[in-house]
Order: sequence, then C-alpha cells, then structure tokens
Amino acid sequence: MSTIAVHGHEVAHHGHDDHEHHHHDTFITKYIFSQDHKMIAKQFLITGITMAVIAMILSILFRIQLAYPEKTFPLLETLLGRFAPGGKLSPDFYLSLVTIHGTIMVFFVLTAGLSGTFSNLLIPLQVGARDMASPFLNMLSYWFFFIASVIMLSSFFVQKGPASGGWTIYPPLSALPKAMPGSGEGMTLWLISMICFVASSLMGGINYVSTVLNMRTKGMDLWKMPLTVWAFFLTAVLGVLAFPVLVAGVVLLIFDRSFGTSFYLSEIVVNGQVMPFEGGSPILFQHLFWFLGHPEVYIVIMPALGISSEVIATNSRKPIFGYHAMVYSLIGISVLSFIVWGHHMFVTGMNPFLGGVFMITTLIIAVPSAVKTFNYLATLWRGNIRFTPAMLFAIGLVSFFISGGLTGIFLGNAALDINLHDTYFVVAHFHLVMGSAAIFGMLSGVYHWFPKMFGRLMDEKLGYLHFWLTFIGAYLVFFPMHFMGLDGVPRRYYAFTEFKSMARWLSVNTFITWAAIMSALAQVAFLYNFIHSIFWGKKTTQNPWNSNTLEWTAPVEHIHGNWPGEIPTVYRWPYDYSKPGHDEDFIPQTVPFSQTMSSNLPHDFEDNEAGLEAQSKWDLANKPQEEVK
Amino acid sequence: MAFKKLINFKALSTSLAALLFTGAAMAQTATATAPAADADAASSAMWTSVGYYVLLFILAAIVVGVVGKILRVYDLTLQIQGKKPINWNRVMGVLFLIFLVAGFYGAYWEFTNQGTMSLPRAASVHGVDLDNMFFVTFGITVIVFFITQFLLFTFAFRYKGSDKRKAYFYPHNNTIEKVWTVIPAIVLTVLVITGFFTWTKIENSSDRPGEAKAINIDITGHQFAWEIRYPGADGVLGAKDFKKVTGINKLGVDYADKNSFDDLTADTIVLPVNRPVRLNIIAQDVIHSVYMPHFRVQVNAVPGLPTYFKFTPTITTSAMKGETGNPEFEYLLYCNKICGGGHYNMQKVVRVVTDSEYQQWLAKQKPYLSDALKKELKMPVDTTPKPAVPAPAPAEKKLALNY
Repeated sequence: MSTIAVHGHEVAHHGHDDHEHHHHDTFITKYIFSQDHKMIAKQFLITGITMAVIAMILSILFRIQLAYPEKTFPLLETLLGRFAPGGKLSPDFYLSLVTIHGTIMVFFVLTAGLSGTFSNLLIPLQVGARDMASPFLNMLSYWFFFIASVIMLSSFFVQKGPASGGWTIYPPLSALPKAMPGSGEGMTLWLISMICFVASSLMGGINYVSTVLNMRTKGMDLWKMPLTVWAFFLTAVLGVLAFPVLVAGVVLLIFDRSFGTSFYLSEIVVNGQVMPFEGGSPILFQHLFWFLGHPEVYIVIMPALGISSEVIATNSRKPIFGYHAMVYSLIGISVLSFIVWGHHMFVTGMNPFLGGVFMITTLIIAVPSAVKTFNYLATLWRGNIRFTPAMLFAIGLVSFFISGGLTGIFLGNAALDINLHDTYFVVAHFHLVMGSAAIFGMLSGVYHWFPKMFGRLMDEKLGYLHFWLTFIGAYLVFFPMHFMGLDGVPRRYYAFTEFKSMARWLSVNTFITWAAIMSALAQVAFLYNFIHSIFWGKKTTQNPWNSNTLEWTAPVEHIHGNWPGEIPTVYRWPYDYSKPGHDEDFIPQTVPFSQTMSSNLPHDFEDNEAGLEAQSKWDLANKPQEEVK
Repeated sequence: MAFKKLINFKALSTSLAALLFTGAAMAQTATATAPAADADAASSAMWTSVGYYVLLFILAAIVVGVVGKILRVYDLTLQIQGKKPINWNRVMGVLFLIFLVAGFYGAYWEFTNQGTMSLPRAASVHGVDLDNMFFVTFGITVIVFFITQFLLFTFAFRYKGSDKRKAYFYPHNNTIEKVWTVIPAIVLTVLVITGFFTWTKIENSSDRPGEAKAINIDITGHQFAWEIRYPGADGVLGAKDFKKVTGINKLGVDYADKNSFDDLTADTIVLPVNRPVRLNIIAQDVIHSVYMPHFRVQVNAVPGLPTYFKFTPTITTSAMKGETGNPEFEYLLYCNKICGGGHYNMQKVVRVVTDSEYQQWLAKQKPYLSDALKKELKMPVDTTPKPAVPAPAPAEKKLALNY
C-alpha cells in the first residue's frame, strides 16, 4: 500500500485505474498499522484527545486539593488508594499529578496531538501529495507515540508513583531516588517514555519537512502554501532541531541516575549522607532542557496559529491580512525561539550578564507575535464573519494569545522576573498563551476539519455551548491566578495552609477550582459531539466551508492517494476570498486565472508576463461593456 | 437529537440503578458486624453523594438537551411559518459583545479588588525600582490589552456575517504593517533598555562607593529547612566543604579556615534596616529557591553552585506591622523551587530591626562551633566562657523550622 502512496505526479496518468484495482486492506492494515496519513492523523487525534482527558482529570484532582486543603474525600481514597490516604492526596502524589499533567499536556496533547493530527492530515492534502514522503516512518511515528503514552501512564501503577519533580524534571531532584518517591521507577519510566516520544516526534518531523519540500503539486510554490502548511513546516523544523537536545539531556540524566556519573550532580548531601558526586552542574541540565523547552512552546503554539490563520480567513471570507508578514513572523519566531531559552533561567544562578542578553532576545520575539495578532484583527475588520464553532475557537485563541502574550512581557524582563519567577503569575501566563491558546487552536482545527477526517459534520449548537463554557471557564480559571502570583504565591505548593499570607487566597482557589470543574464538564459536550458525529453526524458536502485550499477538492470518501486521477494543479494563493469582480466569495486554488478574468488584479501576475498581457487584452475588450452595464 | 435523548435516558437509568444498588448495599450493612458497618456506612454514604453529583450532572445534561430540542423546534416552526430561522451568526456576535462588556467589567473588578490584595509594598531599595518598572510595564500592557480585546470582539460583533454583503478584499497594506511592527519594537526597546539597566544594577555584587559594607549571611537549603550562619566579629564567613558534613557539623564548616571559629548560628534571619545584606545561597541536596516577595528577592539555591543576592531592606518589621495593620506580620523567606514532598512548607522568618536591636540580637547568638562539634572534631572543649548553653542546637532548630 505504501508503494502507491509515495509517487507524486507521475502516477497521475494512470491514477484512475490505480484505485480501481485496489489493494485489499485488512482491518489491521486499515485501522491499526495504517500507513495512510489520514488514518494516522485520526489515530493521533484520538490518542491525543484521550491523553487530554486524562491530563484534565489529573488537573481537577489537584485543583480539588488546592480548593479544599483541609477536607477529606473518601472517593479519592477509593479511586487512588495509597496515593490518597484517608481521602486526601499525599503531598508527593500531588506533585506527581502536577508533573504528569504538565508532561501530558505539553508533549502528548499539544505537541503530538496537535502537530501529529493536523500535520499528518493537512500537509499532504494541502500541498497536493498522495501521502507523506515516507508512510512507513509515519506509521512508526504514531506507534512510538502510542508506546510513549502507554509507558507514561503505566508509571501510575508502580509502587512509589509516577515522576513528581515537575514537568521540567530538574536534577538533582529527579536524579536522586532518595530525594522523593517519584524520582524512583516513576522517573525511569518518564525518561524512557520521553525518549520514545522524541523518536516519534523526529520521525514525524522529518516526514513533514520532506513532504513539504519535495512533494508539492504542480504550481504549489512556497508562497502559495496555506499558512497552516507554513506553520506545520516550521514547527517540524523546530522539532527536528530541538528535540535531539532533549534526548541528550535525558540520556545524561539516565547516566547520572543509573551509572553513577556526575553530569548534573555536585557536592550533594542527602539526609546528612555525603554523596560521591563532584564536578557536575545542575544548570547544564536546565540549559539542555530549555534549549528544547523554549522552542517547544512555539512547537505548541505555531500549529495553532497556523490553524487559526486558515480558519479566520475562511470564515471571515477575507484574505488573511499580510500573508507575507504572517510567514515572515512565523520564520522570525522560529529563528528567535532558539536564542531565548535562558529566560526560563534568570534566577537559577546563571551568569547575570547572560540573563541580560536573553532578556533582549526574548522581548524581540514579542514583535513578530504582536504583528501576528494585529494581522488577525485586520483580517476580521470588514469581514463577513461566519461563526462556525471553529471560528469561535479561533477568535478565542486570539483573545488568549493577547492576554497571555502581554503577561509574557513581564516575565521576559529579567528584572521583573525576580519577583514573578515560579509564582502563579507564570502559571497564569503559560496556561493562557500556550495552554488555552494552543488547545483552542486544536479544537478549532477539529471542528473545521472534522468533515475532512470523518466525512460528517459536527453539531454546531453543541459546539457553541462547548466554546462558551470553555472560553469563559478558562478566563475564570487563569485570570485571577495573575494576582496570586503578584502576591508571591508559589506554584507547585501542595497547600497554602502553612502561610497566612497565602491562606487568604483560599476563596480565590475555591472559585478557580469550580471554574475548572465547569470547563472540564463542558468538554463532555465536545466528546459527545465528537463521538456521536463520527457515526451519526450529518453527511458533509465536499467543500462545506467554501474554502479555497486544496484538501476540499479531494472527494469526501477517503481514498488512497487522496485524489482520483490527477492531482490538481495550483494556480493561485489560498486566500482569494471575496475578491471583487468574482461572482462567488471564494476562488479555490485550483481555478486558473484564465477562468476568473473579471476579478484578476495586476498583482496576480507578478511573474507571469503572458498572463498579464492576456489580462490587459481582456480588460480592454471588457471594460467598456461593464461600464455600459 | 433522539440519540442524545437515548444516551441521557440510558445514563439516567444506569445511575438510578447504581443508586438502588447503593441502597441495597446500605441494607446489607445493617446485617454486618459493628466495626465493618461503620466503614460500610461511610462508603455507602460516599457513593450516595457521588451518585447525587452524577445525577446532578445528568440532570444538567438533560436540561441542555431539552433546551437544544426546544430551540430546534422553535427554529423549525419559524421556518414552517415562513419566517426567518434563528440567526445564530447574530446570536454569536451579540454574545461576543456581551462577553466584551462583562469581561472588561470582570477585569476591572479583578484589578481593583484582587489587585489591591497583591504586590505588597516593596521593602527594599531595588524593590522600589522594580515596582516602578512593573507599573510602567503594567500601564503599557493594560492599554494594549483593552484596545486589542476591544477591537477583537467589536469586530466580531460588527462584521458578523450576512448574505447581503461581501467582505472587503484587503490582502495587505505594507505601510500599516510597517507601523505595527515598528511601534511594538520601539516600546519593547524602551522596556528592554530600562529592564537591562535595572537588572544589571540589581545583580551587581560589588559594594557601591560610599555604601556600608554588606553583611554576609550564609543560607543553606536542604529538604525541607533552611540553615542560617552569620559571620562572627571578623565579619568573614569561614570556608565550607560538603565532605565535612556530619550530623553535628550540618553545614560542613571547615575549621582549617581560621575565619570559621567565630561564626554564629541563628534560627531566624535578622537584618538591620538600611544596611546592604549579601545572602550567600547554598543548597545541599536538591535545588531550592530563596524567595522573599516583600524584598523582591529571589534566586535559586543550587547544589555545587553557590549563588548570592545582595539587597538593602528599608522597612523594619515593626513599621510594616503598623502599615499593614497586622500585628502578626512577619517577613518570610520560603522555597520557590519544587524540592520534594515538604516543598510547600519550607519557610523562615526574616526580621528587619534597627541597628541597635540587631547588635543586641547578634550578641545573643550561639557560636556554630558548639561543644558537641568541638568534641566531634577532637578540639579542647573550653568550659569557662559559656558553660550555660546546655540546650543542643539541633533540637532548637527543629522547633523553629516548623517541620
């Protein structure tokens, strides 16, 4: 099956026969070890959603602890056993919950679930390829991700519980099994899982990059690619460059943990016992971790921005404003994201001069982000906005991106970070700008491309309900956290009962928890809608959103190779919405300029002199007529 | 819709069955033996309350389903009567407008109510600089926040779709794009430059000319407490070596260094007001973080990498008590880097006093070189000067550590 998928254009002339004498898919090759990018995308999506639900439940568990630090809940003991003795989470398990919630959300949901789903689904369909460059590698990518997920979750079943050193697993805490229960087998499983995850991510990333670079259809030059593809492409490049560094860091940590090396350890005394480690540096791990970790947050947010660009343009019925600026700012963000990692380490004891340098680079990266925001606003301006659920989520993304981005200006400033580092201000900041914004991007994508994935439509009204509850809920959860952080309330505290200055925030904590529970329950509307619509949703038409991009020229029924017959040729950019002079408010990329003489602009013929000549001839011939009209 | 009802019905019936089952379980407990009955009763009470919450949720889901159904029926009737169906586009647009107004009010409420609860008055010299920077940044970002959110949601409302018009084809405008690239760049440059200078000023470790010499204090973090060491009369802290750590010599002070002999140990950090202090920060086991929000001080304690923070407290504890109206007010130092199960309670009281109070307090502090330590190090135990210190230091420390 893979053999058919890989050849690009040359297959065109016999394409029709190709899918007639079709290969015989068994259940296993079709649904499990599938090499079809569309099926792999669905696998990523469903695994991602499952992981998201798990991580969300974990967050509700620790939110309950924060809201009711003195109360006991017998149900917790029934569910969690030794992790919640007497119906109250143990401090160590609380930290495990925080750690695994963060790890799953950042890596398994917002990296694999988001990029994995939409890069797989959209790259071949939007650049006009029959499949990924290497479908087999693509299949492996999913299965490594699946194994990583299973290993990560299995750590809940080891005696001492899962890893609990925070999702950043800073050594020595994570390196010394004596330092906390979670640094035992739980941490070993975390590290193994992460290595599988990175392997998966690399196989995916290499595929995305090579597909975008090599397998675009005729006419699809880089400047005709939708912003989604640009975003996925740059994200994949970031991942390919950054993830190996995490592996290096993790492998050295494994050495420190299991083979007695001292890469990250020095001068350590645990419980009065002098350890033999000398000469290592815990800061080294932080450098390695954040060298991935910071590009990682852009790996999380850029696909979401790409999706929202596409969704906002389509549903505003307007071209995205400043397409080139959007691409350049994505490129700018990608490049700069590699030289800002130190802003996570301003107060870790890193050389203060370095802190100053990283502050400069960090605040520079705010410029392209600001440009993107303004361009979104300009796209909405004088649009003809159609509020599909996808559009609502895309607008929600922009709102979160603004709110969370602005607080980043505080944190990116080394001086201000002194007082804000590791407080709830940080929690609020990144949950808005990369948590909520990215998950809204993902949900927007799910609503928008659901018809492409499953051939059916999701229920709009339930989508509306889902959006409003989640949107309001997320703001209610994260907005008040800023003020707790400003008051010096640290993150990752099991309870705020030991400090009078923090105990006064208890009512706010209770409020946040109930807001979180509301938003979590709102996801039931989504899950119901999602599952119900897969089987019983309204059948879709080929192009339900009147969109310009290539994926909507493929038939609703999924076939191997995506298009029956020839892959369509691309003639124009993907954002010709509401072009004056055209009778419809969209012109798909596959429509040549010769068919839209009434709406062509001189700008459309930049490298096409023959076309321009033909156009001016046509204009001369037609202008008087139009005036008569 | 029908299917949705079916699901609801099924879920409802299963939960009812579950409730019945708990009822049966309750009945069974009556016949069980007395001690087991207690546990069973507690567990069935638990399941009952769980059942009620589940029922509540299902009820809410049914209400949502019914409302959805009513809307659908209403919509269909409108269409049958030849009227226009519900314009969801308009509904969403209006909702965005309502959200904008409510959100702005909410943000305003948060700023005025919770804003006053947060960011306590800075009690250090650099803290005031930081707060000024904070408020400049806050001013800029709040303006941008309100403008951009306003534009976002009003555009959503104003340009909600209609079949009657077409969107305005406006793919780009280089001038506008240049403007909104350059303006943020300028604003950020200003913030970067001020931030950079403030940052380097704060991180500068050398004493400024004309300034009193900083008091050196060692603070060592371990799971889950802080140890404090003051220099003695010589004002110099003795050297340390982690290999010399024992049960009594907790910090591993090295007595090959003569400066070590007069070092003092303390339970609280007491600082004289308006004098620069240099905290030397050490961690023994894992990374901790010294965080004192009132002084706007934070730096991590890293094993193998000594760090420091130099600052000047400006308000005494008693002045702060008067100002906050809280007679129990204390400055606190606490850990702000995840360090294990006891991370949430690793605090130390910091007291800022006048210079004379400081000298009095300092005179009362015990030497780090206790008799027990002398014995361990096989030094002659000097019995004459201070024989009346029988209390073992570690026990006292435990008391103060609250853990």
